[in-house]
Amino acid sequence: MQQQIISKLTTELLEAEEKLIPVEPLSTRFPELSVKDSYHIQLQWVERKLEEGRVIIGKKVGLTSKAMQNMLGVDEPDYGHLLDRMKVSTGTVLSRKDFIKPKVEAEIGFILKDDLQGPNVTYIDVLMATEALVPTLEIIDSRIEDWKIKLVDTVADNGSSARAVVGKPFYEIDQIDLRMLSMTMLKNGEIRATGAGAAALGHPAHAVAWLANKLADYDMSLKAGELILPGALSSAIDLESGDEVTATFGKLGSVSISFCE
Amino acid sequence: MTVTNRTNVELVDYLLKAESDVTEVVKITDQFPELSIEEAYDLQKALIERRMEKTQTKRLGIKLGLTSKAKQEMMGVHEAIYGYLLSDMLAFEWEPLQQHRLIHPKAEPEIAFIMGEDLMGSDVTASDVMRAAKYVVAAIEVIDSRYKDFRFTLPDVVADNCSSAKLILGSKLARPEELDLANIGMVMSKNGEMMTTGAGSAVLGHPAEAVAWAVQKLAERGEGLLKGDIVLSGALSEAIAFDMDDTIVAQFDGLGSVTLSSRYVK
Repeated sequence: MQQQIISKLTTELLEAEEKLIPVEPLSTRFPELSVKDSYHIQLQWVERKLEEGRVIIGKKVGLTSKAMQNMLGVDEPDYGHLLDRMKVSTGTVLSRKDFIKPKVEAEIGFILKDDLQGPNVTYIDVLMATEALVPTLEIIDSRIEDWKIKLVDTVADNGSSARAVVGKPFYEIDQIDLRMLSMTMLKNGEIRATGAGAAALGHPAHAVAWLANKLADYDMSLKAGELILPGALSSAIDLESGDEVTATFGKLGSVSISFCE
Repeated sequence: MTVTNRTNVELVDYLLKAESDVTEVVKITDQFPELSIEEAYDLQKALIERRMEKTQTKRLGIKLGLTSKAKQEMMGVHEAIYGYLLSDMLAFEWEPLQQHRLIHPKAEPEIAFIMGEDLMGSDVTASDVMRAAKYVVAAIEVIDSRYKDFRFTLPDVVADNCSSAKLILGSKLARPEELDLANIGMVMSKNGEMMTTGAGSAVLGHPAEAVAWAVQKLAERGEGLLKGDIVLSGALSEAIAFDMDDTIVAQFDGLGSVTLSSRYVK
């Protein structure tokens, strides 16, 4: 794909996010757009953000559940970048007005103490390089109209990332069975979704290993200090003003977020 | 020397081809009856280097074999053996094994150590192992001798990287000092039917003793364990054969369980 089109689509997505006006799916307007092109759009999007002074604080893996992969007709996950302004603390009240059509997902965040450079990174390497686990709510928000996304759309749109709401880090990793760790998500006091760690690609650390190995294709690696979100433990839940969402992850603890007007 | 450098390369390729073609082969001591254990370890080293290069994999850790008295007596030897684990041998509880990639696999229940630091030296003890290990986890090792009918002499099996094929780890992590490793009971079943039982003491009295032995043995070749290594400390019971559509579960007191499922996928 021409560099010119990649730049144009990057600008479109940046403006859509800034003005909160979604764009038509790239996949319908540019049927020839490849996944590789989409990652180039994402990388250019990140570069422009860095020029504005933003800082990369981590990465997220998406499409880690069989259900989501089937829905988009893909057989592997995707990833996006987390920037400093996306990170908010548990208990924060966000304004619904700052989003287009937000949804929330519960994830087990990993905070790394060592770099992870692919290829051949195993999930055991990930566990050994993990400083702490952190209960996280990821708020996703597509800059594509009505979430009419195909793989190329969400990849170009930085994995539909919007915010990462983080709870308190948990350091005793050996106390957690990451495949079996439970997750219960409540919206306004009602249970809306449940799941366990294995929902993220079989083992959340396996999803992080997938990412480290995938990034090696682009000469990138995961860095010490980064926050890595390995994928949702249940389907995403819509968020409207007045909603309060809490996710509880067994011994790992809870994280919550509220939406106002 | 009964084996020249040239035949060395040929033997390595012979064994690697058996693995990649999924075909059993005649054991190498039929042709080289004088092959010594030391020469067999030289072959193993050459095989590992060649295999890592061919498959673009990296070192994952070490495995021990012949860690029970019964097995040692069966082979007429007085010590254990070791081989190397590579990153593409790591299999997962959440993905069925591909049965068609294996010749005549067997499953062994083991306690795996994950090393938190390097460990080297000819005087390393079990308590050094306990200190240097960060976690212990339940494991199933899949062994798959490249030799016909799983029959071999000691030099044969050493050269064949101790029949290493795959390993699967359970998801519960424990700190080694939290558990009485010698007294962990183990029950292994296939398709819901109990097949074997054992205890941690089956491996040289204590799994950490077995690992200490491996470290001392590795020291003879100027090698050791590295931080991040997975060490399979030896089988807690005899191995059981499995075929496609079989599911094997090994349950360990205090360490949870580990499950292997095999499927014919092409």
